[in-house]
Amino acid sequence: MSMKTSIRQVDGVTIVDCSGRITLGEGSVILRDAVRDLLAKNQKKILLNLGEVTYIDSSGIGELVSAFTTVRNQSGDLKLLNLTKKVHDLLQITKLYTVFDVKDDEAVAIKAFK
Amino acid sequence: MADHRVSYTLDSTLETVDSAETTATRIAVEAGFGEDEVMQISMAVREAAVNAVLHGNAYDPGKKVKLEFETTGGDLVITIRDQGKGLDPDKIPDPLAPENLMKTSGRGIFLIRSFMDEVQIHPSQTGTEIKLVKHVPGPSGGAKEASQ
Repeated sequence: MSMKTSIRQVDGVTIVDCSGRITLGEGSVILRDAVRDLLAKNQKKILLNLGEVTYIDSSGIGELVSAFTTVRNQSGDLKLLNLTKKVHDLLQITKLYTVFDVKDDEAVAIKAFK
Repeated sequence: MADHRVSYTLDSTLETVDSAETTATRIAVEAGFGEDEVMQISMAVREAAVNAVLHGNAYDPGKKVKLEFETTGGDLVITIRDQGKGLDPDKIPDPLAPENLMKTSGRGIFLIRSFMDEVQIHPSQTGTEIKLVKHVPGPSGGAKEASQ
């Protein structure tokens, strides 16, 4: 299953519902383009919902880091929502879990954006 | 588990990466690994295939990736060879070092080492060979571990 994204707005926060695989090639490019498009529209409060992401490889991890850094560099904020166990474990072993602001409740995550 | 060996010669394409992962998943399931270990093996093979296709062969259509799976003596042994310039494992930065933590690449070998029981990297002027070993669970694997 390839990567898909769906965009919705809640209380000034842009939620990107991601599903499928964030891997080298198409999956990483789709995520990169989605974040780039949002920043171009000045939508800088971004919540990446990864609840339906079934697989992520090192390129996908790199893409998450890139998205986080790019948004922060434009004075925005990017948080992660609903990590699957696989993604959670990957972020733990790569020591990125504490770098990202990870939430497991959408309402709480939205309130956490300033 | 009966000893068995199968090998593939693949093009230097992204399709090879997906194919290597799919094949690794199937063989790991057939070898009797559990769900978590199957995921680890398939991801390790995927990352090794990415290295071979991108960093080794650099998508060169004239260069091939050789992928071999062997189940023997309670181990699943996977070998991935490319025809690139040779990867020096001593020059791979530590992705957990603070200065590297936010880099967007460089985690592949680290993940491979995290997920497999043994990892051997053999660079040469004609390419890099990465050998991955995962101990098969169950009577044969357990007996081997007990004898060590």
